[in-house]
Amino acid sequence: METIWFMLVAAMIAVYVVLDGFDLGAGIITLLVARTDRERRQVLRSIGPVWDGNEVWLLAGGGTLYFAFPALYASSFSGFYLPLMMVLWLLILRGISIEFRNHIDSVVWKPFWDVVFGGASALLALFFGAALGNVVRGVPLDAANEFFLPLWTNFGIGREVGTLDWYTVLVAVAAFATLTVHGALWVALKTAGELERRARGVARAGWWSLLPLTAAITWCSFAIQPRLAASFGARPWGYVFPLLAVAGLIGMRAFDRLGLPPFLCSALFIVGMLTSAAFGLYPYVLPSNVDPRLGLTVYNAAAAPYGLKVGLAWFIPGMLLTTGYFVYTYRSFAGKVALEEDGY
Amino acid sequence: MDALTIHRLHFAFTITFHYLFPQLTMGLALLLVVLKTMALRTGDEHYNRAARFWARIFAINFAMGVVTGIPMEFQFGTNWARFSKSAGGVIGQTLAMEGVFSFFLESSFLGLFLFGEKKLGPRAHWVAGFLVFLGSWLSGFFIVATDAWMQHPVGYALGPHGEILLTSFWALLLNPWLLWQYLHNMLGAVVTGAFVMAAVGAFYLLVKRAEPYGQTFVRVGVIAGLAASVLLIFPTGDGQGKNIAFHQPPTLAAMEGLFESEAGAPLALIGQPDVEKRRLDNPLQIPRALSFLTYQRWHAQVKGLDAFSPDRWPDNIPLLYFSYHIMVGLGTIFIAVMALAAIELWRGRLFAERSLLWALMLSAPFPYIANTAGWITAEAGRQPWLIYGLMRTPEGVSPHVSAGNALFTLIGFLGMYTVLAMLFLLLVYQEIEHGPEAS
Repeated sequence: METIWFMLVAAMIAVYVVLDGFDLGAGIITLLVARTDRERRQVLRSIGPVWDGNEVWLLAGGGTLYFAFPALYASSFSGFYLPLMMVLWLLILRGISIEFRNHIDSVVWKPFWDVVFGGASALLALFFGAALGNVVRGVPLDAANEFFLPLWTNFGIGREVGTLDWYTVLVAVAAFATLTVHGALWVALKTAGELERRARGVARAGWWSLLPLTAAITWCSFAIQPRLAASFGARPWGYVFPLLAVAGLIGMRAFDRLGLPPFLCSALFIVGMLTSAAFGLYPYVLPSNVDPRLGLTVYNAAAAPYGLKVGLAWFIPGMLLTTGYFVYTYRSFAGKVALEEDGY
Repeated sequence: MDALTIHRLHFAFTITFHYLFPQLTMGLALLLVVLKTMALRTGDEHYNRAARFWARIFAINFAMGVVTGIPMEFQFGTNWARFSKSAGGVIGQTLAMEGVFSFFLESSFLGLFLFGEKKLGPRAHWVAGFLVFLGSWLSGFFIVATDAWMQHPVGYALGPHGEILLTSFWALLLNPWLLWQYLHNMLGAVVTGAFVMAAVGAFYLLVKRAEPYGQTFVRVGVIAGLAASVLLIFPTGDGQGKNIAFHQPPTLAAMEGLFESEAGAPLALIGQPDVEKRRLDNPLQIPRALSFLTYQRWHAQVKGLDAFSPDRWPDNIPLLYFSYHIMVGLGTIFIAVMALAAIELWRGRLFAERSLLWALMLSAPFPYIANTAGWITAEAGRQPWLIYGLMRTPEGVSPHVSAGNALFTLIGFLGMYTVLAMLFLLLVYQEIEHGPEAS
């Protein structure tokens, strides 16, 4: 039962990164590819009806984590107190920059929110990458499964770690590049003309940076977290997850002239990378970087069996409904963005 | 200030600011469905334009609710880790259900409601609006269910290490505390929505702009406002009061400023509690009324604070007393204002009655104060418990988050929310200035 919930929470996080990832990526590239007010409105319009729903995956994922693994929720959220609060502030700034930009037509109002939107999106991509790096590296959990990390110490990965060290910064940069490409492919898919051409250019250039970054974080992760090699050694079928990532990476390049396929390949790459990390860490959900026995696992972090069982009874129908809403919404707003329609 | 005080202020400030927005979202969602229904039934484009005007304000308000709501879900873990670790298996259920059943519904269909009117056609657009309303009211249900469990924990057992285990899912969702608290809270939201709508309508009538819309807004606002204000006091407020009387008797005594147990206890209308001297200064009381309201007997014995050991007393009795009295006082005034407006509306004179329109326009902030005071009553009344009778507030805090780190983020939120409040007022003012006739 704990393992089922581990997979469900991992799946929700993966869906969150794929969906909110493209609107974060659209934010990252907006200042780069969209130069006129009209172009920037097109970028915003491409995510306008869906970004809020995408972000709900973070909230629903957080809620699911809360009830399925309360000890993990409590320990990690209080331990990463400062970076998490900064993520919250960035989410606030980004949300209002999207919603408020087009309310006042002024040359000081709109460019201001464009910069906030771009900056907050970029920083969020970096923070989320650093968060993943921290979970893979492990944190100094004490006997009560609690810890508190400062933002940084000496950027080393020794005993006195901070949230940012050279490894987590590297993962942050890789996440930034991944979401930049992902967002660029989305914008290319949803727009036409010069904007589409520039977005494709960013995606192509970004793809080349993904190769060394992916290789580097893979090598470093295996070197830092021995649990990964142990997992893949014990259950070799797990190599299917990194293979998905590689397939996605190749597909992005192979189909790069088409609309939807490279975007889907980018999603596949993200899912492959995240599931590889989840598979490699299992049964740990938050390892200790000091003593492996102190790590949080799916077993010592999970809620009681009754709650997990009853949770499944409402979670599955709930997610089926949600899938329905998303399919309907995305179909309703399918195709390239036309600015003449209502809204924004 | 010690860390515990800062963590409490942190949650209190962020939740109080957050709830300014969902109360309008939930109230306005209902009134938007009313306007869309009138548009569908009469086929009159007037109501569609009215709905579109309110949808624009709804969207700004909704965005504020979303961005200030995200921190709430995370603060249980960041600032109240020990509480989350113990109780997460129970209240995580309702919080996760809120995400799965209401946030997805709300956000998906709000996108369609705001962006898809042309694509959807009138009927499907009505359905999208209805689902936004349903999503927001479900969200209220799950949050109040969470709070109701903290006020009156049910359906749980204690595990070997003191952790709280859920034993009955239905007990959690059918908590006897939940029904009255939910209805009372939602009616409070309708009052906010109705007063805001009536106030904007009154403004248009007073400045003689967009008068047909002003009349519609005042009419819908006054009718909804009167109905909700009456139901707010009876039966929901009464039911909620009895819950407190039976399950949290020290809280009732503190709310009423009743320091000594009494047969035929009076109801204090005005007065200042002096906790040190254990008395109510400058009281203005209705004799025996508290006994009657609580037990329907004029001479019933009501327990005062003296019947309980001080370690069970709420830790801020004056705050609890004043917030409760402000809520009830304003609730009574709401009925008076709306009843007067409704009578004049019925007699067909309201739209020309400038003094009453002024009163309606200036009333808009007060439902916000009343709703906030109501929640302070609920939460300060739960003290000194985090989970009533089960976990005291200091036991729930995150042990490793220092006072300095917590103060840093509290100051951050103070600054950010000040900016958000200014932006919100600016943009809503701008929409009102544009008016319902602009498309």
